[in-house]
Parts: sequence; structure tokens; C-alpha cells
Amino acid sequence: MKVPLSWLREYVDLPAVTAQEVADKLTSAGLKLESIASHGHEIKNVVVGQVVAIEELTGFKKPIRHCLVEVGEAAPREIVCGATNFTEGDVVPVALPGAVLPGGFEIGSRKTYGRQSDGMICSEAELGIAESSPGILLLPPDTPLGTDVVELLGLRDDVLELEITPDRGYALSIRGVAREAATAFGVPFRDPAVIELPAAAEPSYPASIADPTACDRFVLRSVSGFDPAAESPLWMRVRLIRAGMRPVSLAVDVTNYVMLELGQPLHAFDRSRLSGEIVVRRARPGETLETLDHVTRKLHEEDILITDDSGPISMAGTMGGLHTEISDSSTDIVIEAAHFSATGIARESRRHGLVSEASKRFERGVDRELPLAASWRAVRLLVELGSGTAHPGVTHAEVDVAPVRIVIPSGHPGRVAGLPYERETVIRRLEQVGCTVVEGAAAEGEIAESGGHGVAATGMVSTGDLHEKLAVRGDDPLTVTPPSWRPDLTDPNDLAEEVIRLEGYEHLPSVLPAAPAGAGLTEGQRLRRRVGRALAYSGYVEVLCYPFIGVRDLDNLQLPAEDARRRATRLVNPLSEDEPLMRTTLLPGLLKTLVRNVGRGAGDVALFETGLVYRPEPDAPAAAPVLAVDRRPTPEEFAEIQTALPRQPFRVATVLAGEFERSGWWGEGRQASWADAVEAARVVAREAGIELEVRADQHEPWHPGRCAALYAGDVLVGHAGELHPRVVEAYGLPQRTAAMELELSLLTPQGPVEAPAVSAYPVATQDVALIVQAGVTVAEVEAALREGAGELLESVRLFDVYTGEQVGEGRKSLAYSLRFRAPDRTLTVEETTAARDAAVALAHERTGAQLRGV
Amino acid sequence: MSNTYDPVEVTPLHADEVVRAQADALAAIAAAGDLDELKQVRLAHAGDRSPIALANREIGALPPQARSEAGKRIGGARKAIGEALSARQAELEAERDARVLVEETVDVTLPWDRRTRGARHPLTTLQERVADAFVAMGYEVTEGPELEGEWFNFDALNIAPDHPARSEHDTFFVESPDSGKVLRTQTSPVQIRALLSRDLPVYVISPGKVFRTDELDATHTPVFHQVEGLAVDKGLTMAHLKGTLDRFAEVMFGEGITTRFRPNYFPFTEPSAEMDLRCFVCRGASASPGNPPCRTCKSEGWIEWGGCGMVNPRVLIACGVDPSVYSGFAFGMGIERTLMFRHNAEDMRDMVEGDIRFTLPFGMEV
Repeated sequence: MKVPLSWLREYVDLPAVTAQEVADKLTSAGLKLESIASHGHEIKNVVVGQVVAIEELTGFKKPIRHCLVEVGEAAPREIVCGATNFTEGDVVPVALPGAVLPGGFEIGSRKTYGRQSDGMICSEAELGIAESSPGILLLPPDTPLGTDVVELLGLRDDVLELEITPDRGYALSIRGVAREAATAFGVPFRDPAVIELPAAAEPSYPASIADPTACDRFVLRSVSGFDPAAESPLWMRVRLIRAGMRPVSLAVDVTNYVMLELGQPLHAFDRSRLSGEIVVRRARPGETLETLDHVTRKLHEEDILITDDSGPISMAGTMGGLHTEISDSSTDIVIEAAHFSATGIARESRRHGLVSEASKRFERGVDRELPLAASWRAVRLLVELGSGTAHPGVTHAEVDVAPVRIVIPSGHPGRVAGLPYERETVIRRLEQVGCTVVEGAAAEGEIAESGGHGVAATGMVSTGDLHEKLAVRGDDPLTVTPPSWRPDLTDPNDLAEEVIRLEGYEHLPSVLPAAPAGAGLTEGQRLRRRVGRALAYSGYVEVLCYPFIGVRDLDNLQLPAEDARRRATRLVNPLSEDEPLMRTTLLPGLLKTLVRNVGRGAGDVALFETGLVYRPEPDAPAAAPVLAVDRRPTPEEFAEIQTALPRQPFRVATVLAGEFERSGWWGEGRQASWADAVEAARVVAREAGIELEVRADQHEPWHPGRCAALYAGDVLVGHAGELHPRVVEAYGLPQRTAAMELELSLLTPQGPVEAPAVSAYPVATQDVALIVQAGVTVAEVEAALREGAGELLESVRLFDVYTGEQVGEGRKSLAYSLRFRAPDRTLTVEETTAARDAAVALAHERTGAQLRGV
Repeated sequence: MSNTYDPVEVTPLHADEVVRAQADALAAIAAAGDLDELKQVRLAHAGDRSPIALANREIGALPPQARSEAGKRIGGARKAIGEALSARQAELEAERDARVLVEETVDVTLPWDRRTRGARHPLTTLQERVADAFVAMGYEVTEGPELEGEWFNFDALNIAPDHPARSEHDTFFVESPDSGKVLRTQTSPVQIRALLSRDLPVYVISPGKVFRTDELDATHTPVFHQVEGLAVDKGLTMAHLKGTLDRFAEVMFGEGITTRFRPNYFPFTEPSAEMDLRCFVCRGASASPGNPPCRTCKSEGWIEWGGCGMVNPRVLIACGVDPSVYSGFAFGMGIERTLMFRHNAEDMRDMVEGDIRFTLPFGMEV
């Protein structure tokens, strides 16, 4: 909402303060300042002049005039001008030598087009009134020559742009802002909506409300003999422009002006285009309307319409119809001022993608008591400025609405604030808001039946039960009736807020509550932090990718048609049509980020991400119910929502490429490989106290010969390895990029570690080299060795893998170092040899391993 | 055994011999050029088979009256040789240290970036720091799904279907506009989940990812992070809310840094407030004329930080909490925004693109 201070001052006697000070007060009251625009402060030495002679200069590429302009000095000024929209005798603004125009543009005397030019004849744009203007600004012929133009036109002004929250529809008007400013400064407020109305006469045009849920007040007034050629006066155009609206024509400008001033959207019809009674109703199947913007719109059955015998003529509160629009030949005008359903207009506006100044206001709640005054104000302006005749009658259709009444104990605002307020303060502040405050509680039944703010109530529909639950009981009840312009005030806490904000949030005390002792982070939360740190210490950099993917990602990952990761949740309104799905795996985001880093010159990149993936269940219900809000949901209702949501497990994934250990002066580095990816998984699992079991697997997007399935006990928790060359190619990744993805939700942190008993006896080491078939996995051999070696085995470590002539084709040699130790004695050579032999024997039995050199 | 024999015949014990042996030893010690040579000299002149050692062994063969004198003579020689050896040993070690260790000198400024460095994302660690501040106050960290039921994200939070507050959320809808499922637009639905799943009183803090259909630019991102706090207990007031946020501001930004409330509107709190933070760099000084400008608060003295308010009784009712017994407060702030002003991060795109050059300097904690 843009508020010219000069306009605001018409209704409030603001003290001599700066625009910033006004803005600060309004911000403290909840009307937040966005920006202040200053206008006209720098303009000087621009006066009213009269063109007394024009000489057209020839021989130039464009028309150039040499003028003599009388500015109230001894002699007329010579001025060269490029505009042609004026004639001799016209009164115009003239910037004299030494003048300054908006933007610090200085005017001097100079020689141009071979003539002397002692100033400039100005347009609206040059005076900072409009963004652009076609020609010179022509002033009324009787304007005294030599008068200061800035003073004359009121060009010097500050405009506050305020951010209006959706509950404060009333503040989308000068009237509403002025009321807040008056309260903030403690000065009187003159309500522009309090105007004398003509005595009621017969209806100005036949009209009725057919659907009371759509509209509860509908007012029509009319003007005849309007001069369609009449133009909006400059002061009105200046205000409209400053308030952010574009002047169009007098009739339209008047409706906009009154809307800005009072907050009541108005619509003007060409009376000659109306046929029969006007009826406010919902749309009928198949109805259409060609709106002002020349679009023929298919109407929805819930749309609220203004209709006549011909059918729809306007979409209520949203956009008028083309046929009944005011044209440049309209002389008889019908002004509509109505109170439409807030939710009805909100839906209509959203359905048709039409957001207008009117719809914004209706959605946020318009003062139900405004239509009679606002329509009369508009009629008066049309008569005054467009030389029409006001029709004495008024059409007034309305639906009865009981006012909202709220009972609060006078101490309630203080109890919400934690700062007691005097009873008188509470009453005074509520009255400043516009509430009527009556001491004592109205009868219970009366409150429960109280209706609401008619169709303008923007909040939840409150059933009697909810009303009962919201009631605040206590000593010294006050019965409060909020004003018609505050449909947002429905609950006891709404009133508390009004009192607290007007008393000032800055006076709230600061008291730290004593929360009960908490249990700290859960095991799962600690695990996640440890995992992040462990991976970072291992050399991985964390990234947070958007969780959006496309079918192309699933194809790039080479996922088969039946892969569960292809079953993804689809967004209705994705940011990019290429990525309309929610990720089912963390890898696409990581791989794209890896490519981005490589593209920006990073050669060696190791990344990780932790986060949710979204895994819809195939048999989940399509929709989650939207439950009632006046009570706690039942466990069944809660479960109904839960089952409709996709499973959202927490995952961790890594990708890496380039050298994981760098080359340097110390020698060769080491390329990132499948083994690093598997190790990353082990690093993660170890943080949960779990040693992963690794099995060979074939699983996209991994290289079929370099893919490890990761098990925690019998539970498959993820995969790791080198990516499939097709995946590498599809994403443009560095060769041999490796990746790991693991479902952290499946790793349950193990209980406390049992402390080992550390033996002080010496270790006995035995090395063995075992030859196995190439297809035998190290994991199988090691498991057999461990089991066979028995309790004396302290550790087993593979220190070499050899393939070559010495062990024969299709075989490999695995060199292990076995360490033995007893808790209670020094082992003899016989004991350790026996344990070693038992280990080798079991490895032979399980995997066919042969002791090398035997 | 009373064999008589001439002690002079025991040659090694001859006084001249002892003097010579000592002189030879001392000369050899002095001549030893390095520690290895000295080791050989020690063996030859002080070892088991050295002349002095042989002489010492013969003492026993002397008549008792001669033993004392011979013993004294030989003992003196051994002591002199021993001292000379120690002295030379020390000398040679010092020489070696001076020479060899100098020879072994390396350039310790050589880089050792053999292992790649990693780091955690500052948005993650900032969320943890915020959570820790509240955990220290007794709060517990709680979570909820990112793909959320519409009822949790809107209705239960008193955001009616056709209220303009709902359309202002720029919601990502899931599957169909009426599926009842959305990407959560705020962390506030976790309030509802906490109230439905925990026993009262509830003091929880909930960091997490949220979604709005904004295009990515320097100050907007469609996926961002918030931290939500909720306290529901008997007798909680706005003063408690203010006290909690003041304490939080101090923990995050240092002593004396407080908050300021301005009226605002959130459907799920009533009264509602916008929360500003006293600028922790200029401490508000830059807002006064004559003081140097402040980049962090743009010389406003205050930094917009988040929203807060007293939990709307309607929200409590939707969770089955009786507002005539319990009251509560809630607050929330943007993590990206906090990172921007706390660390002078100027462009949100840097936070989402995953360029390792942005993340690495943040290390393990922020």
C-alpha cells in the first residue's frame, strides 16, 4: 500500500515530523515500512507561464518551436521547445534558468537550434508526476502567471510504501492507515467515510441478492448527463500515480480514488448497456463472460457474478465485463458498491488467475458498512468533476448479519503479555481500534449465536463448539464488539494483540521460562552428526542439493523399468518441467554437483549429502484427508494422513572422482576408486557401531563387476562401488567415478560399547599365504579364517593380494597376518601353530584355499 | 701356597707398562675421529682384552703386600682412560649432532596436502548450533516429514483454505492440487506433530528443510531451511517468549545482544510479532548519525531475524490442548538468512550450488 503523506494528513493532524518518523510509528503498530519515496523536494524555480507567440523552425529532423512565454516578469522569455501539443495562449509550467528538475537536472540559458532558449516548457514526466507523458502539461487558463508550480500542484510529497499483512484489509486504504497513525500519535482522526448521505429515496436501479452466501450488501447509485470527455483533474491524477495506479479516465479514476481513500472497491457500469434487473448470484453451468481484458472466460459454478437479463455482466470483485464497461461515450453511469464473500472472491480470483486491487481487498475483508458512503462519495466526485447529475435514489439490498461479540476478562491482555495493564487502558485501546466495549458479560447463549462478520470473515468458520473452546473466562468480563472494518477480530487473543501492540511491544518484559530438564539429543540425532563429521574428516565435502529430479535422471542412472526408485512422487507445479519428481535416491543431485565442480576447475572432488528421499508405497491411498480443526484428530485419522504420505527415510550418499590421495613431491597419489566408496560406507556404519558385511552385487547405477551390497547383519542397507560406464557417460562424469548410498534410518545405533579386557601378554604373529580361485571373495576367506582360528585370534589382516604366474591362471594368493594372544599366559609356538592350522583348515574346507608353498 | 716369585716378572704390572698403556689409550682416544672409531678404541683400550684389563686381572697373583700399590696404579689408569673416553664421547656426539642433523635438514614449508580435505555444509552446522542453544535451555530436537499432509502444514495451523495467507505461501503441490499433500512451506507443522505425539509441557526445537515456489536468485531459493521453536506450558506469556529469544540472541551473538518485537501477522500465533536482532557488529551504533556505516545491518541498527508469537488457541484446540489451561509460544527463523548476516554470505546461490570452494572454509562447525 502506497500512502502519500499529504493524503494521510487530510484525515490526521500529524505533528511536524519527518516521513521516517511517521513510518517508524506505523511500523511499531504493525504496518511495516517497505520504503519511502520522496517526490518534488529538489524541484525549484518552475513557474506558471503563458505561451504568447510560437514560431515553427524549419530545416531540422523534428519539429522545433521557438516560443515567447510570459512568466510574470518585465518581458516574455524566449524558449525553444520540441513539443507541439500547445497553442498560443496556453498556460504551461516553465522551468526558468537556474531551475532544478527531478533527478537534479539543472536548466540554464543556452543557444540551441540557432536560437536563444531561456528555460524549458515542462511535461508531466519532466516534473516527476508521471513515468512518461506525450507532451507539455497544460494548466487551467486562469492560473496566475508566475505562480510556483510545485506549490500549485502539490508536487512536494513523501510516499510511504507499507507492507500490509493479510489480516489487515482495512489498512489497504488511506482511511485505515490514517486511523492507525492517529492512534500512534495520539491525535484526532477524521473519518472520511463519515459523510452526510442524502435522505433515502426510491432505488436507483432494480437489483437483488439471490445468493446470501455470496454477498450480504449490494448498493447501486447512478449519475446521468455525465460528460465523457471530462478529464480527471491533475491533483487526482497525481495522487493516483503516487499511490501506484495509472489514471485512465475520469469515471475509472474516481472509482479507484475512492477505493484508495476508503478501501471500498467500486465498479462503474454504463447504464445504457444494462438490461433488466441486476441480480447477484453464482454462475450457471456453461456461462461465459468477456471481461475488460477482452478474454472470454468460462465461468465456474461457484463464481460470484453480477448479472442482468442478458446474463453475466461482471465477475464480482474481480473483473468487470466488457459489454457494460464505461466507454468514451458513456453519459449515464451506475456505481456498484458491495460487500462480497471474502472466501468466494479469493477462490474466484485464484481460479481465474485474476488478482486485482478489488479482489485483494475483498479477500482480506472490506468494511461492511462502507458501500452507502463510498458510492455517494464517488457520485459526488463524478458530478463535481464530470458535470453530471446525481440520481437521488439508492438501491440497497442486504442480508442481516449479527455482529461479532467477544467476551474477555479485562485482565486477559495482560495475562497474554505477561505485563498487567490497567483496566482503563484495555478499554481505551480497544475503543481506539473502533471496538464498542460494554462492561459485563452478555448472556452465554447470545455469544454462542453471534454470527460473525458476515461474508467477510476471512478466518476459519467457527462452529459453536470451537467458540466455546476459545472462550476465556475470568473476573471482570468485558463484552467487546469489534468495528465493521475489523473482520479479523474474532477471538479473545485477537483483542489481546490489539491492546498489547498499541501499548507497545517494546514494553514487554524479558523473562526466561524454566523449561523442564530435557534429555538432550536422541541417539539418532547424535548419529547423524557423527556421520557428517566422520565423512568430512575422511575428506568429503557436504552439499545440500535440491530434492527434485526428472525421468531423465532415472534413465541416466540406467535404472530398469521395474526398479522401485522409478516410483517417484510427482509435483503438480515443479519449478522446472525437467525435474518434476521428488528424489528417490540422493545420487542425481550429488552427481550433478560433482560435474559442476569439475566444470569449475576442481579436479579432485569428494562430496557427500545426507537427507530424505521420498518413496511412495505402491498401495498408499492417493489423498491425505484434511481433518477438522476444532478438536484433536483421532489416532485413526492421524494414521490416515500418515499412510497417504510417502515413506521418507534418511539417507547418506557419497560420490568421488579424481585423486583421493594427491600426487605431489612425496610421490604418486591414488585415484579415487570403488574401494573408497565402500570404505565411506564402513566409516558411516562404524559411527553406528556396526561393522558392515560386504557382498558382491549387480545393482544400477553401479559397475556390475564393481558393486558392493552393504549389509548390517541380514539387512541390506545400501550399495557402493564404481559407477557404470554408461552412467559416467550420461552425466558427463570423470572416468571411474565412485559412489555410495546407504539408508541411515536402517542403522540402529548399538548400545554402549563393552570395554575390552586388554591382555598384557605378548603377541604371537603368524603369516599365511593362501591360494584361492579368482572368484572366491576375500570376505569369505577372512570369515573362515576368523572362525577357524578360534578365541586366541586377536586380529587378522590381509596385507597382500597377488595374481600371476607363480600362482597360476585363474587363481590368486592372499597373504594374511594373524595375530594371536591369550588373556592369561604367553602362548607357546605349538598353541599358535595349532590355531593357525585350524584357521587354514577351515578356509580350505569353506573356500578351497591352499597354503601357498605347500 | 707359599711359592715365592719375583713380582717384577709379572710384566703387565710393571709401573712403566701401566703408564705406557694409559698413554697409548689416551692417545688413541684423542685420535678417534668419529663415534665408530671411538667404539673401537674403547674396545681396544678399555675392553676386556685391553692391556689395563689384563693387568687388573694379574693383581690377584701378587703377594698381598704388593697388591695395594698395583691396585692403586691400575685403578688410576682406568679412571683416567674412562674419563677421557666419556669426554671424547661427548665431544664426538656434539660434533655429530652439529654435522649430521644439519645434513638431515629438510624444508618444513613443503606442503602436505596429500589427503583431500572435507567440510560440513554451514547450513547444517548452523542448524546444529541453533539447536544446541535451545537444548542447553532444556528443549528437545524434534523432526517431521518434508512431504507433509496439508492439514499439518495449513489447516491445523489456522491457515484456512481460502485465506490469503495460504496463497502467499507459494506452495508446491504434490500429485494433485487436492491430494491433501504438499511440500511443507514452513517448519511449523512440526509444532502440530510435537503436540500430538508428546506429553505436556512441550519445549521443542525443530530445524529442517522447507519449500516455496520461488526461483533461485541472490536472495531466494525454493528449498531453504528454518528452525522452529515451540513451548507449551501452563502460564507462558509473551514476556517468556521475549526472554527466550533474548537468551538465544546472547548465546548466538554475545552478551548484550537482545531482540526487538514488531507487530506482524501469522495465522498460527496471536499475538504475532516480527523479531529483530540488535546488530551484533555495530551494536546499533551505526543507526545514529555521525557513526560509521555498518554493512551487516545496513546501518539500521537492527537485523530482521524471524517471526514469533503466542500459539493461537485455535492451534492448541486442533491438537486437543485446552487453551484455558495451557498457553504457548512459537518462533521461527531462516537459516540461510542467518548465515547471510552472521557470515557476510552475500549470495544464496552459493549455498545451494555445492561448490566446494564455498563450503570448505567452514570446516566442522560454524
